[in-house]
Amino acid sequence: MMPKPLPPGRFLRLGSLLALPALLGGCNLVVLRPAGDVAQQQGDLVVISTILMLIIIVPVMALTAFFAWRYRAANTQARYEPEWSHSTGLELVIWAAPLLIIICLGAITWAGTHLLDPFRPLARTAPGQPVAAGTQPLEVQVVALDWKWLFILPEQGIATVNELAAPVDRPIRFRISSSSVMNSFYIPALAGQIYAMPGMESRLHAVINRPGEFTGFSANYSGAGFSQMRFAFRGLDQAGFDRWVAEARSGNGGTLDRAAYLELERPSEAAPVRRFAAVEPGLFDAVVGMCVEAGTMCLHQMAAIDARGGLGLAGLANLRPVAAADPPSGGAGAGRQPGGARRAVAALCAIPEAPAAVAAAGPAAGATPARSRPASLAPLAGAGLPIPGRSHPAEFTALPPRPADQPES
Amino acid sequence: MAVSHLAEADPIFGRLSFAALPLHEPILIVTFLAVAAGGAAGLYLLTKFRLWGYLWKEWFTSVDHKRIGIMYMILGIVMLVRGFADAIMMRIQQAIAFGGSEGYLPAHHYDQVFTAHGVIMIFFVAMPLVTGLMNYVMPLQIGARDVSFPFLNNFSFWMTLGGAVLVMMSLFVGEFARTGWLAYPPLSGLEASPDVGVDYYIWALQVAGVGTTLSGINLICTIIKMRAPGMTMMKMPVFTWTALCTNVLIVATFPVLTAVLVLLSLDRYVGTHFFTSELGGNPMMYVNLIWIWGHPEVYILILPIFGVFSEVTSTFCGKRLFGYTSMVYATVCITILSYIVWLHHFFTMGSGASVNSFFGITTMVISIPTGAKLFNWLFTMYRGRIRFELPMMWTIAFMLTFVVGGMTGVLLAVPPADFVLHNSLFLIAHFHNVIIGGVVFGLFAAMGYWFPKAFGFRLDPYWGKVSFWCWLVGYWLAFTPLYVLGLMGVTRRMRVFDDPSLQIWFVIACLGAFVIAGGIAAFLMQIYVSIRDRERLRDTTGDPWGGRTLEWSTSSPPPDYNFAFTPVIHDLDAWYDMKRRGFQRPAEGFRPIHMPRSTGAGVILAGLSTLFGFAMIWYIWWLAAASLAAVVLGAIIHTFNYHRDYYIPAETVVATERARAMQMAATAAAE
Amino acid sequence: MSTATTTEDQVRFFEIEEHEHPEGASTALGFWIYLMSDCLIFAMLFAAYAVLGGNYAAGPAPRDLFELDLVALNTAMLLFSSITYGFAMLAMARGKALQTQLWLLVTAGFGAAFLWIELHEFAHLIHIGAGPQRSAFLSAFFTLVGTHGLHVTFGLVWILVMMVQVGLKGLVPANRRRLTCLSLFWHFLDVIWIGVFTFVYLMGMLR
Repeated sequence: MMPKPLPPGRFLRLGSLLALPALLGGCNLVVLRPAGDVAQQQGDLVVISTILMLIIIVPVMALTAFFAWRYRAANTQARYEPEWSHSTGLELVIWAAPLLIIICLGAITWAGTHLLDPFRPLARTAPGQPVAAGTQPLEVQVVALDWKWLFILPEQGIATVNELAAPVDRPIRFRISSSSVMNSFYIPALAGQIYAMPGMESRLHAVINRPGEFTGFSANYSGAGFSQMRFAFRGLDQAGFDRWVAEARSGNGGTLDRAAYLELERPSEAAPVRRFAAVEPGLFDAVVGMCVEAGTMCLHQMAAIDARGGLGLAGLANLRPVAAADPPSGGAGAGRQPGGARRAVAALCAIPEAPAAVAAAGPAAGATPARSRPASLAPLAGAGLPIPGRSHPAEFTALPPRPADQPES
Repeated sequence: MAVSHLAEADPIFGRLSFAALPLHEPILIVTFLAVAAGGAAGLYLLTKFRLWGYLWKEWFTSVDHKRIGIMYMILGIVMLVRGFADAIMMRIQQAIAFGGSEGYLPAHHYDQVFTAHGVIMIFFVAMPLVTGLMNYVMPLQIGARDVSFPFLNNFSFWMTLGGAVLVMMSLFVGEFARTGWLAYPPLSGLEASPDVGVDYYIWALQVAGVGTTLSGINLICTIIKMRAPGMTMMKMPVFTWTALCTNVLIVATFPVLTAVLVLLSLDRYVGTHFFTSELGGNPMMYVNLIWIWGHPEVYILILPIFGVFSEVTSTFCGKRLFGYTSMVYATVCITILSYIVWLHHFFTMGSGASVNSFFGITTMVISIPTGAKLFNWLFTMYRGRIRFELPMMWTIAFMLTFVVGGMTGVLLAVPPADFVLHNSLFLIAHFHNVIIGGVVFGLFAAMGYWFPKAFGFRLDPYWGKVSFWCWLVGYWLAFTPLYVLGLMGVTRRMRVFDDPSLQIWFVIACLGAFVIAGGIAAFLMQIYVSIRDRERLRDTTGDPWGGRTLEWSTSSPPPDYNFAFTPVIHDLDAWYDMKRRGFQRPAEGFRPIHMPRSTGAGVILAGLSTLFGFAMIWYIWWLAAASLAAVVLGAIIHTFNYHRDYYIPAETVVATERARAMQMAATAAAE
Repeated sequence: MSTATTTEDQVRFFEIEEHEHPEGASTALGFWIYLMSDCLIFAMLFAAYAVLGGNYAAGPAPRDLFELDLVALNTAMLLFSSITYGFAMLAMARGKALQTQLWLLVTAGFGAAFLWIELHEFAHLIHIGAGPQRSAFLSAFFTLVGTHGLHVTFGLVWILVMMVQVGLKGLVPANRRRLTCLSLFWHFLDVIWIGVFTFVYLMGMLR
């Protein structure tokens, strides 16, 4: 059999490896050379880990090439030992060498993961610049909508869509959520990403160290408009930031209240930049609690009730229909409605107009009258506390007795 | 009620209507016409040459593990063409959608394309190819005449095919999911994806998943129960070992996939709240559950391939495999560790630093046994006589390519690094690096290696080398730019781009994809040329490579019964040992051989199951009920058949063995 | 028998005396592995219940819904059916086909009673509005218990088929093998139910 050595391909690859840095010099490797301290540390970890692994990868590749060449069948000079198949010493080495690398890498991982945990407040804004005690980070509330980003700056009292600015060298605390599906909030120049999930709040702590205009986007596919779900992130000096805030405040963007939010939440693609001059307080918490719509119970309240054992059978009636939004992935072929089937738990301390709205919408949703009736809130008047489920309203007394229906000990 | 959308469907046709045909998509119409023309031509030829009876009797209803293995391989290769068509469509879209250009694919189409690409490549290309390989080779390697449950084997294949049929059908009737290949809710929930796409996804995977699970059970039993006498666990060939571990993984993970898809379908069909955001559901649970299946799935694909490389390396180096024992332990380590790493797929969900670093470190630990394997191959080459036949070339290419993928994989396992690279094109490059550089290269090595066993002639080396170089160069050309783009902060599944400086990289990647297309074309050409020139490439010895394991001791292709006498094993490299000690083929004393009987039950039951899936997708309730009842009834009727075996008469065995002896004598005389 | 396959150093490379792999030799192992995979499905459903079981969505909790008397009765039904299945297996071991069929019938009766009670419970819950759509807790509850019920239904069909097959063919090896597998399956469902009873009902009442 003719030996078929591999050199052409190998040289080609070697050549392209050498040419690579030259090519790369021309492009913006933002992950390795970001503008924020957090992203810089994460990028450094990429480099350090790579170098650490190259310690073992390079010899393996070299040995592969060398053995393939040295022991080719045509080379009858090379030793041939067809029965040689074991060497305890060698085995020790081949298990120990990767193990040692992994021990090093594991240590780095443990430390790095804890130090760079996105939920952990920043300890420094740059190498050698610890955050002074009492420093108030800039709070930014982020909501991933279909398919645009909403930013609320409570301290400044403004909100923007698809645009964000932050002063250089001031720690930023992001509180991140989503309106309908999962997204991932990512500004490569600033810091690593974190998922934005409906009904949940993620945190991210970061700082921008260089002024400039950077790009942020969703790094988790979320439907038809995902590609254009991008925004500009500006690092500004304090004066520039103040100017940016003032512009938003004095602009004619209006107030982002619940109604405006529900309007904004509707799916749209490649949404233009918008700035709201004011924001209704507590809006972000309502978004996280999925209770922006009037008369809907907030998740944290629901969780508190659940933790105390639910609302009992009375809670069965406590549902109200939700206006079905357009399906977010409503592309060309979409259009079928999901049957107007969504229902949410009605708020306990109901907003005055809620029962009427529920009554109006109930029959339309095709639910049985008994269950779509706006919950007779009488037994729940105590805002769900203390465990109202233990005493049932009259309409449920016809149910068979339950053995465990005793008061709690 | 929350399920009102189900009742809205038409009582006869469900939600199936002419609007479901994608008449507004010119690309699909052209594809449909091409497929229809090709299909019609195929049907015409089959009818003209009166092949239907032959196919039905000898192939479709066959319970012979060799036939089933070959059918799996054909399915995998056909679906590879489909999956690759999706790949090249994506590459073209991303190469041109710059500077305000929308490209040529609207979101509605593009999002289906990348979802279908992932689903098809994993479930209907890699899985059938790997399963087919194990089906074909493993029983021969352990000296068995068939698998433990031959009928189940046939049924499993047809279920896998049923899943593939559903996916293909979604191309022309309705649409496929637009969710990404793992269909995370809430995006895959009813509210965000009300169309049939996700339902196609669910039912295709469920139907195929049943087949995969049953085949896993079947192959485990075969390995445990049907090894030839003398073959202790530590004398099993490495490929059989990896097949065992793979099937353990299959049986221990596919039920998880089944369960999680059942929960998703309940959310979509019944209106439950497992993964919804309201009324207490938790979408994060889906992500966890699907990756508890999803990560071991990666090892289901790569482990048997590690086995392939072990066989190929030791054969073509003319040498015992270095460190067999540590190879086995490494395989078992990987099998176990693959269960405790799933969270590394979503470090960015915010599980907390301790949880993240735990899963990051367990992930890195997997690289230790994997590294040991690589060293074992390396030291098998050491002091060997390496013949650079195609399978060995693929192996060397694998070793050089895979280490890079392994390295980037460990890199992604460092949570802070993952925060900046997660979901980026770097990640895409990484897993294609291990799947193409590992699984695909390995499958080509395996096909080149065992093809002569299956068909009695070799694959043509010229076109094989063309294919090899196209794949190797094409891979690096297509995916190196994606590594770079990932470091530039470009994320995956994007349809249009703003930054013009990125375009050059996408253009290079697209070129790479075309070079790979050349590799696939050359591979198909290789098969065609090999069949055409089969007399030139004929191997009459049954052992063209100087093999070391049992499958090379029988003829090529092996007779229905594989071995006239059950072999007795004395050494790890059983066939090498037999050759070395100058064994003689038995020439007399043949007896009737007990074999399982063919049955059409597998085709029928799988067909009905596929029909059930289709009816569920389109809300055609009467058909769903009828086909489900038919499946149950058909299965029951099948159990009333007690005659499932027959004997190959001794005369037939004698005739077969004598023909082979004469053929070998003639070959020996000619040399 | 011939010694054609021995070599100079008297090593045999082939079995001359064919040791057969009798049909069904791996059935018990295969069925056991299948059961383990099924067990994993239940493990997932238990896990889902563990995660979601406390999410009542401000609706009813287990304490408000479950009737332990009924569930205890139900559990008794299933446990009895396991015992009677044991008797069926004993009858099979003694080679008594008719007795086996009778015990299978009794087993099926208990199984059917179990199912009927369970369906009654479900119907009641759905009637008062505590269906699987009300909260994640109820989704997980209905799915876990319902999947078990579906398995019992399948087991019932299987028992009936086996009664017919024992009637047709007697206690031939194939039928014995099938009865053994069914036995494994039926006891497996019992074990799962113990888990459901403890984890869902008893602990639910304590919650």
